[in-house]
Amino acid sequence: MKYSAFSLLKEAFRGHAGWTPAWRKAEPKSEYDVVIVGGGGHGLATAYYLARVHGIANVAVLEKGYIGSGNAGRNTTIIRSNYLLPGNEPFYEWSMKLWEGLEQDFNYNAMVSQRGVLNLYHSDAQRDASARRGNAMRLHGVDAELLDRDGVRRMVPFLDYDNARFPIHGGLLQRRGGTARHDAVVWGYARGADMRGVDIIENCEITGFTIRDGQVTGLDTTRGSIKAKKIGLAVAGNTSRVGGLAGLRLPIESHVLQAFVSEGIKPAIDQVVTFGAGHFYISQSDKGGLVFGGDIDGYNSYAWRGNLPVVEDVMEAGMAMWPGLGRIRMLRQWGGLMDMSMDGSPIIDKTPVEGLYLNCGWCYGGFKATPASGWCFAHLIARDEPHEVASALRLDRTATGALIDERGAGAQPNLH
Amino acid sequence: MRIPCPYCGPRGNDEFTYLGDATVRRPDPAAPEASRAFHDYVYLRDNPSGIHQELWYHGGGCHAWLVVTRNTRAHDISDVKLAAGGKP
Repeated sequence: MKYSAFSLLKEAFRGHAGWTPAWRKAEPKSEYDVVIVGGGGHGLATAYYLARVHGIANVAVLEKGYIGSGNAGRNTTIIRSNYLLPGNEPFYEWSMKLWEGLEQDFNYNAMVSQRGVLNLYHSDAQRDASARRGNAMRLHGVDAELLDRDGVRRMVPFLDYDNARFPIHGGLLQRRGGTARHDAVVWGYARGADMRGVDIIENCEITGFTIRDGQVTGLDTTRGSIKAKKIGLAVAGNTSRVGGLAGLRLPIESHVLQAFVSEGIKPAIDQVVTFGAGHFYISQSDKGGLVFGGDIDGYNSYAWRGNLPVVEDVMEAGMAMWPGLGRIRMLRQWGGLMDMSMDGSPIIDKTPVEGLYLNCGWCYGGFKATPASGWCFAHLIARDEPHEVASALRLDRTATGALIDERGAGAQPNLH
Repeated sequence: MRIPCPYCGPRGNDEFTYLGDATVRRPDPAAPEASRAFHDYVYLRDNPSGIHQELWYHGGGCHAWLVVTRNTRAHDISDVKLAAGGKP
């Protein structure tokens, strides 16, 4: 069923009795051309672009929970392409371009809102770094504006400009950045893939691979064995666990990242604003809740929940940037599992096992990358060669030395 | 999460700094294939879902390096030893 103003009007006159489920509850078949493990945004986007761009529709997406139960439902919904390094920036800009046409493309309201992403700076040195990043973005054809203190004040008047320790000197603004509705993104991709023949199989956990002579031929799941010519892994925080089933030891650590929502308030903050003197980012959802987060907890975790010191740290950074936050009550807080890579950048590549493809290492920036990750992973699986904008995101870059270390923190995942 | 430090008793984890896997050993630089061994040592991780032995530094307390045995699925700690060995 195609969604449109007309279909909405038609259903309004029929008591909304004619809406059908957005995707089928598919049963696993015995064989597929491609199986994608992981029914999050990246896995579903991969299946969608495999079917839509490459004409490969005999595809299954296996999800151990339900669609939207993992990090797709646990992020702070920010989309942006304000990266510095040439290995990253074209990829994230391609993602931004896909975001801009996504809703028309998959016929679903993902509530993409280009409300602007503003990164504050608090010192002369940070201004220079912001200018450099902005220039790097513009050299890649991406919009970036360096705002001075008055420019920021006109946009966000209520911040603490005269903070004695971290006065706000200005900010780097990407107007095309913003937010999207996280659940709608996975629902839209799931529906779009399903309409093109992809089987989305929920509550189906993978328990092992069948590998013969270094070639993957299928996998075992809690709902039976499935043969597949090609298998793509997009399992985020479970990458080491699932990769381990195929004998892979990977440059990934799983960490927990917490995020927070306040009670709903009237429209207060129009943009995504990030604090430059600590790690804090905030926006306001259409329901009115302030959505914000900060650093990962910093130790290996598969627990889907964090600890109180990071809660305190995030609140302190928030209060330093916007003292008025102290008058607002926090409503909810949750944790998600991050697949932290060694240089803070993702991996979309083949593995040493023939026919097994890997999509991981998103750290805590995976949501914004969803469309391009799916696009490039589908390209890799369909054509057996990396997509142009993802050509630097290789698995062997830790060995070749071609690292993409935006922060320059080295192989310490908890510092990225 | 509280870490029971052998010197200081149970303390909040914000007093500690995390380093990572305590079971990996620096390879012998003179061994054959040393560059490969160093690559694996620096970049690859077991990253277990379950029991993990890891190094924590008690910078907010006694300044000891600790080997903490922790379940990464539930954050419960079953054992803490001094990384230098011995007992306090």
